[in-house]
Amino acid sequence: MKYVDEYREARAARRFARAIARVTTRPWQIMEVCGGQTHAIVRFGIDQMLPREITLIHGPGCPVCVTPLETVDKAIAIAARAGVIFCSFGDMLRVPGSERDLLGVKAGGGDVRVIYSPLDALALAEANPDREVVFFAVGFETTAPANAMAVYEARRRGLRNFLVLVSQVIVPPAIAAILSGPDSRVNGLLAAGHVCTIMGMDEYVPIAERYGVPIVVTGFEPVDVLQGVYMCVRQLEQGSARVENQYSRSARTDGNREARRIIGEVFEVVPRKWRGIGEIDSSGLGLRAEYADFDAELRFGVGTLSAEESAECLSGLILQGLKKPPECPAFGTRCTPERPLGATMVSSEGACAAYFRYRRTVMASGRAGALKTSVV
Amino acid sequence: MRSLLERLFLPAFANQWLDARHDSAVMRIGAERIAFTTDTYVVSPLFFPGGDIGKLAVFGTVNDLAMAGARPLYLSAGFILEEGLPLAMLEIIVASMREAAAAAGVELVTGDTKVVDRGKGDAVFINTAGIGAAADVEISPRRVQPGDVIILSGDVGRHGIAIMSVRKGLSFETALESDCAPLWQPVSALLQKGVDVHCMRDLTRGGLASALNEIALDAGVAIAIDESAVAVCEPVAAACELLGLDPLYVANEGRFVAFVTAEHADRALDVLSGCTVSAQPRVIGTVGARGDAIVEALGALGNPRILDLLSGEQLPRIC
Amino acid sequence: MCLGIPGKVLSIERGDLPRARIDFGGIIKDACLAFVPEAAPGDYVIVHAGFAISRIDEAEARRVFEELDRMEEIAESKEPRG
Repeated sequence: MKYVDEYREARAARRFARAIARVTTRPWQIMEVCGGQTHAIVRFGIDQMLPREITLIHGPGCPVCVTPLETVDKAIAIAARAGVIFCSFGDMLRVPGSERDLLGVKAGGGDVRVIYSPLDALALAEANPDREVVFFAVGFETTAPANAMAVYEARRRGLRNFLVLVSQVIVPPAIAAILSGPDSRVNGLLAAGHVCTIMGMDEYVPIAERYGVPIVVTGFEPVDVLQGVYMCVRQLEQGSARVENQYSRSARTDGNREARRIIGEVFEVVPRKWRGIGEIDSSGLGLRAEYADFDAELRFGVGTLSAEESAECLSGLILQGLKKPPECPAFGTRCTPERPLGATMVSSEGACAAYFRYRRTVMASGRAGALKTSVV
Repeated sequence: MRSLLERLFLPAFANQWLDARHDSAVMRIGAERIAFTTDTYVVSPLFFPGGDIGKLAVFGTVNDLAMAGARPLYLSAGFILEEGLPLAMLEIIVASMREAAAAAGVELVTGDTKVVDRGKGDAVFINTAGIGAAADVEISPRRVQPGDVIILSGDVGRHGIAIMSVRKGLSFETALESDCAPLWQPVSALLQKGVDVHCMRDLTRGGLASALNEIALDAGVAIAIDESAVAVCEPVAAACELLGLDPLYVANEGRFVAFVTAEHADRALDVLSGCTVSAQPRVIGTVGARGDAIVEALGALGNPRILDLLSGEQLPRIC
Repeated sequence: MCLGIPGKVLSIERGDLPRARIDFGGIIKDACLAFVPEAAPGDYVIVHAGFAISRIDEAEARRVFEELDRMEEIAESKEPRG
């Protein structure tokens, strides 16, 4: 595939790894924000290609992982109602709620459908005027314009049976919260390439300045991540803290104007709770008052549901980059993708799932030994 | 599914054939060694690029026989039909089965049909059972040895992606077709040319990773493969990127892995290349030591990872 | 966060929302061009959740590898001769 294969090519990746080794003179901790980057790092072993001095810390960039437990319970409550067609991206289906997950609702007879685009949910609403079609609008800024467009179109077409359960979060406030945490060891940041494709890079300038942290907008393939790390380390070694763009083939300084416009039209900034982290001011998007008719929480009266997390689940610490999955006592034993304690083990962007899937190794092939979890 | 097998069915019916845990049971009746197998086909949608449930029902069972090294001979077919199923649809399926049976060299000799109420079946379910003439030598997980070479008969993922392309809600256009095909011809060629085949398994639901895991578990060995050796055609790779699927876990219906003694690997590759359905065989890995049944894959950038048995279907991801 | 896949625009349909047929390595799927209205057949776009979110800049795409070559030239020129 063009624009994918060349960025996965082994030789180019190794050349960047060597370039990083050449410029590194001191230990540095770099956080990659986006779950897609975490996935690539763990899947392709990118952290293992880096010099020992560089540690990669996995950030909170997994919208599935940070959807609060009570929001999942609200989704389940709505999906279980007769007459509702509940539409969701695939990732959310196995996220554990307090008692079950959306897949369990489907198994119990609920009409839960996996969709690829919010426009699919819109089409379902038009095709099923006697049913209420509810779309689980989860995501970061990358997905926000698509979600906003579906609501905007629903209003423009006069649909009365299309609703959204909103769980939109925005990245910069979460980054600031993490960087200002007392235990933060983050020296440099790889910002999310597709989030910045939408929003541009301006919001990160004050963050780089305030916390003295270089921020490199980075793509998602091995070569992208390695070049992003290289650019970040080069700044760290020089003592600078600027915003740079590795993913310039897609992300531009001003982002995507049309996308930002539709986000502003439909959504407003609100406080949001991040599962495992807590409430962060101005860190989410909610429907503007003019679009209240499309708010599933209002229509179904599930606004006051609240829930308690599993005491054992460390996903909050993992999302803040304070712990790595293998350091969790439940990792791989009481918590697996089949029986997850938290969202980071379920979502394919979650650090725990990535480690479980890609990072357990045995000794050299030919000698089967006990399963080892490599703690990086 | 596997735990249901282990916890309920195997203990209830324990015998030497079930213990062999292979696709077919091989038993002696008088002087003859007979292979016997059954499978039920519930694929949805019923029709997909490259085939339909009827074709699958014939080739799938034929292949279960072939994987035990048995020449497929006779099939039975049991149909569960939902009331209201259009006759025209059934006619197409039956025609497919006739064509497939002819291609596989088998005869459909007995069958049954039941009609259930609307809403109780996904329009059509088909069970086929098959009988074949077993080879003289046992071909099953029990014969897998450390050091055996693992050969894959072709590229992976076509069937699963072809199905996805016509599934409601995730549809996309592609020229891709299911790789659904009968596998007796390459198996027969291997046996005729005296290749020392220890075990074979056709890749079905759960893909290459599942087949390797099952054999590793049943044989009690570790397996190591090189991911770069597993061929994936571009549209399958692209579809997997789009849907967030791992090609190693995507379903196939016309591919198999053969575990052969290392000295015969080259001969096996040679033989397989001469058959249309296995024209691009590749060595993908080796069997490791007895002990923990771990399947490990070496990635493109030299990084190892464990391939687990996944339960349930991979959910297409978006985020 | 952002499973965005690059694909080539094959054809465009104006309508309520502009749509395009996009070729992803042999898999063809529709996407909405509302956010990249300037995309033309032959362009590559990144698609997320059924929407194109950017047009790929070919020159910038190549620059990644040009940078790599340039870095290595500099590194080699700094190495002591001997």
